[in-house]
Amino acid sequence: MAEAGSGPPGLWPRRDRARGSVRDFLAQEGARGAAIAATSTVVVFGALLWWVLTSPNWPLVRDRFFSWDDFRASAPDVLAGFWLDVVMFVVAQAAILLFALLIAVLRSLRGPAFLPVRMLAVGYIDLFRGIPLLLALLLFGFGIPALQLPGVPSSPLFWGVTTLVLSYSAYTAEVYRSGIDSVPESQRLSARSLGLTQWQSLRYAVLPQAVRNVVPALLNGLVSLQKDVALVSVLGVREAVRAAEVYTSRTFNYTSFVVATVLFLLISVPLARFADWYTARDRARRQQLVS
Amino acid sequence: MKISPRMWVPLATLALVTAGCGGDDEPETTTDADTPDAQADACDPLPTHEPGTLTVATGEPVFEPWMVDDDPSNGQGFESALVYALADQLGIAEADVEWVRTGFDEAIAPGDKPYDFNIQQYSITEERAEVVGFSIGYYQVEQALVAAPDSPVAEATSLGDLSSARLGAAIGTTSLDYVDNIIEPDDDAQVYNDNAAAKAAFDANQVDGLVFDLPTAYFITAVEIPDASIVGVLPRVGETPEELGLLFEKDDPLIDCVNPALQALHDDGTIASLEDEWLDQGGDIPTLSE
Repeated sequence: MAEAGSGPPGLWPRRDRARGSVRDFLAQEGARGAAIAATSTVVVFGALLWWVLTSPNWPLVRDRFFSWDDFRASAPDVLAGFWLDVVMFVVAQAAILLFALLIAVLRSLRGPAFLPVRMLAVGYIDLFRGIPLLLALLLFGFGIPALQLPGVPSSPLFWGVTTLVLSYSAYTAEVYRSGIDSVPESQRLSARSLGLTQWQSLRYAVLPQAVRNVVPALLNGLVSLQKDVALVSVLGVREAVRAAEVYTSRTFNYTSFVVATVLFLLISVPLARFADWYTARDRARRQQLVS
Repeated sequence: MKISPRMWVPLATLALVTAGCGGDDEPETTTDADTPDAQADACDPLPTHEPGTLTVATGEPVFEPWMVDDDPSNGQGFESALVYALADQLGIAEADVEWVRTGFDEAIAPGDKPYDFNIQQYSITEERAEVVGFSIGYYQVEQALVAAPDSPVAEATSLGDLSSARLGAAIGTTSLDYVDNIIEPDDDAQVYNDNAAAKAAFDANQVDGLVFDLPTAYFITAVEIPDASIVGVLPRVGETPEELGLLFEKDDPLIDCVNPALQALHDDGTIASLEDEWLDQGGDIPTLSE
């Protein structure tokens, strides 16, 4: 996470910083290395492919998992469900980034007067990191609306997204806190000595550095949440995975699962690449600053 | 290589066919494996997964009135009683019926299964029959709408009254197909993992009405959600009635042995009396109009 700024640049030999991109690779290994790599890749993946395609049940699996007719038949429903996944993801992620920051700040407050606040923050994080997300969804999604409290919505979509926010915020708050802890104490003390209040020194000196330090970890959480929204389906919500399951249960054909898989990959792989790219760029900038 | 009992059947059939082809001087000999004699050969011994044992799979948990106390082996409930009647018809002793539990997805996934057939209210459809094997039907199933007294659909009298309702059903059921394809509500039906989750959503006031098969609807309104009631039976739309069948692997030779036994249980009234005992709850339930 924050190791880039923690040591002198010479400590990190060039090869360790390889990001896996083709350009980096060529720069390090040259043409001969590239040829070996290409051959080895073709041989390994070719062998794997051969192994799968010659398995005795491959024709059966091909018909049940990779049928083009079923792909087309199930795609509209799964796609409509996936749009719901994307909406849930965007709404939940925005709420998580704000709510988790609030929790982390509350947990980092200093002074004896804030003890109950810190206790609440720690209790919340312990509780929601301790409950499996699936269990939390069932408990909140079915349990709270069953109380039929006046003014409290009963919508499974609402409670699904709320539970995602509550659960992920507990993890994300700890990510923020690690960022806050990674800012040297001298930064805060300097800000205080300039006459900034506790709040101002947090807002203008500590948090900007803290958040920047944990951006890669936050992006990692983003990729994770993008898939976990599918769990909301246990409450009856017809998102992509549930739509695929409905198709499978109707036809006993699994191609709809492949449709859903492709859709999730279309979002999560670019997200992961973006996270890598951002981290690499940030690291490069910091090293320029140091040297 | 060990030759499993299952492989004897195609081999035996092949032998029969070959023998039949050679016997031109005997016009009475037929090569059709469906004749009683040939069938008796193919079914003796019964081509089961474990010789001499009928291994039957069902869901976990199982619900009344299909099975009782989540125990398929007690002979209680329609499907459990039916399996034991079928075993008896096939000449398998009660003690030689073994039960295994499967999830819905494992049961339909491709691959060899460690059991002979699966029984958990699978409805027979053409699409499914392309990839799995079904027995003949053992029960004609109707769908029913369950709602609370204060629900917007509590007074519904036609399918049109349901179009703006929040409806729900369990995944993999004919009930869900009925909502999606025949009622077609404005908002997509909620889809639950099983009847238990559907009931939880009902308690949470997340649906106006739930669709179950009629026997399940009777049980749920009598025991699980007593303050709900059956609004009505949903009209049968289309030509063929919905039938529940035993689920086999595709082209399982055992199907040809089970079907005559099942037919015999239909013919001698055994299945009808099991229906009376476990499924027919009486009472006047109106049928909604289309």
